[in-house]
Amino acid sequence: MKRFLALYAGAAYLFLYAPLFVLGVFSFNASKIAAWRGFTCNWYAKVFHDPALLDGTMNSLTIALVATIVSTIIGTLAGYALWKKRLPWLTNSLYLSLLTPEIVTGISLLAFFEWAFHFLHVQLGMHTVILAHISFSLAYVVIVILARLRTLDPALEEAALDLGANEWEVFRRITVPLLLPGIIAAALLCFTVSFDDYVITSLVAGVNSETLPMIIYAMARKGVSPEVNALSVMITMGLGVFILVAGRLEQRA
Amino acid sequence: MFLRYIVVYEVDKVLELRALTKHYPNHHALKGISFSLTQGEFFSLVGPSGCGKTTTLRLIGGFEEPTSGEITLAGRPVAGLPPYRREVSTVFQNYALFPHLTVAQNVAFGLERRNGVTRSTIRNRVEQALALVQLSGKEARKPNQISGGERQRVALARSLVVEPKVLLLDEPLSALDPKLRKQMRQELKSLQRRVGIAFLFITHDQEEALSLSDRIAVMNQGSIEQIGKPRELYQEPTSRFVAEFLGEVNWVNGAGIRPEAIRVSKENPANGARSVAGVVESSTFLGNVTHLAARLPNGANCTAQLPLNGCTFELGEPVHLWWDASDELRVSA
Ligand SMILES: Nc1ncnc2c1ncn2[C@@H]1O[C@H](COP(=O)(O)OP(=O)(O)OP(=O)(O)O)[C@@H](O)[C@H]1O
Ligand SMILES: [Mg+2]
Repeated sequence: MKRFLALYAGAAYLFLYAPLFVLGVFSFNASKIAAWRGFTCNWYAKVFHDPALLDGTMNSLTIALVATIVSTIIGTLAGYALWKKRLPWLTNSLYLSLLTPEIVTGISLLAFFEWAFHFLHVQLGMHTVILAHISFSLAYVVIVILARLRTLDPALEEAALDLGANEWEVFRRITVPLLLPGIIAAALLCFTVSFDDYVITSLVAGVNSETLPMIIYAMARKGVSPEVNALSVMITMGLGVFILVAGRLEQRA
Repeated sequence: MFLRYIVVYEVDKVLELRALTKHYPNHHALKGISFSLTQGEFFSLVGPSGCGKTTTLRLIGGFEEPTSGEITLAGRPVAGLPPYRREVSTVFQNYALFPHLTVAQNVAFGLERRNGVTRSTIRNRVEQALALVQLSGKEARKPNQISGGERQRVALARSLVVEPKVLLLDEPLSALDPKLRKQMRQELKSLQRRVGIAFLFITHDQEEALSLSDRIAVMNQGSIEQIGKPRELYQEPTSRFVAEFLGEVNWVNGAGIRPEAIRVSKENPANGARSVAGVVESSTFLGNVTHLAARLPNGANCTAQLPLNGCTFELGEPVHLWWDASDELRVSA
């Protein structure tokens, strides 16, 4: 039975990661076609000399960073408010935001922006992408923060109030430090979902706001190139580390 | 003169609760509670689970507002004041120590919230408070690096260091194992004498209440049944509830008799004492005393607590149980 379970888990992991493994192997392939012609690191070097890719990376990083900071702050405060006021309806409606198909979210955001542009003299661009990312990552932050808050003993806040701290001091000195692992986990998650979003971003992006996933998508449509393979491996590695750290922090009580 | 007397009398009451009620949407947790604490008094609030002890404490601490009634602290009403403006401090049931702060930082927390207290003053007072509860040397530990008894002392030090008018303690000993509990009980009492702060102590352990308190209030279903000195409550309970809550009672022909007031003999004592015949049903040796249960002719059970050097009885042996009429508890209901 034990052996069977191990085998079963092994098969599941193989199914999950075999494509990534193949991708990794071919990112070191000397040939452009899908047949092994010897080892090379050229594709990795090429990534770093492609201006479009570098621009896209810069855009993606900027967007992810700003969106993460803003939505982590707003989401933490919102989660705290939901926890304090005990509003089950509002809390449950967060899951709606997570379950909405991305294409629907993207189109609704686009419609919203176009409507707003009637009043404001702006166009689609980095700012709309950032706003869209803040919008869809907020629910993730609130849910992670709420999960952490549920493990917080309300008596701790009461003890602080009792000892003469006002609400703001309690929040700053007691609540935030105790929530910190949750806040960091939420931020890492935010960064990840923002960095790899394609569907919503491509709908609300304008000129000069092409993100890395958009560029990769465009490249991949012209045929799989080892350069894209190399880039994908690097992104997977980077985000993988992020997610592992986020998971670790979330588990830590 | 008269006025002056009233003023002194009022100020002497460091905490007073007047006709306090608290209604939750589908539960009347408090149905009119009144009592007061004098300076330096050790006052216990006892009662079964759910009778409203914690609710009373939360109202005093300012975590909830009463539905009606008034609370005054050193003569001043506290209605509407947030917890951080009330000069009371609470020792929570699970201590609620801040897990991310060290022992010293936990104790310093309340002092740091005050204006105009210098760092060196804080350091000195924290040091004194920790010495008071015998925790010197553990300043740098985190709450999860000390024992349960030590955590309890940190909680005490943390609350005492802000010099509250009244210290509120919600079953502070209940999280400790029985042996440590007894030891901490003594420490708590001597600590209270030294600091001279009034303690409002919640427990549902009657032995704890009897041994520690200057006065006790027995609560039942949101009301106070009786307030008095421990001996008074134990020997002159006004209700069956109080009599039974504070110790074992045998009800024989409508009168209540404590097991330790009952004596047992083979012969009818014929000395004018109240007596009843019975048959020994069980005899349990407990070390310092023996518990003897006898079945009375009417089928009821009667328990006697016999001293170690008394005589022993066989199971099924017919005996006489007797007691002084003055030992009977006279309860109204
Ligand atoms: N927020 C609330 N909403 C509704 N009912 C409540 C609330 N808080 C307490 N109660 C009820 O009020 C009653 C008194 O509760 P309280 O916590 O004061 O009891 P207690 O005497 O401290 O009991 P224990 O010894 O078990 O701690 C209980 O029946 C409880 O269910
Ligand atoms: Mg309670």
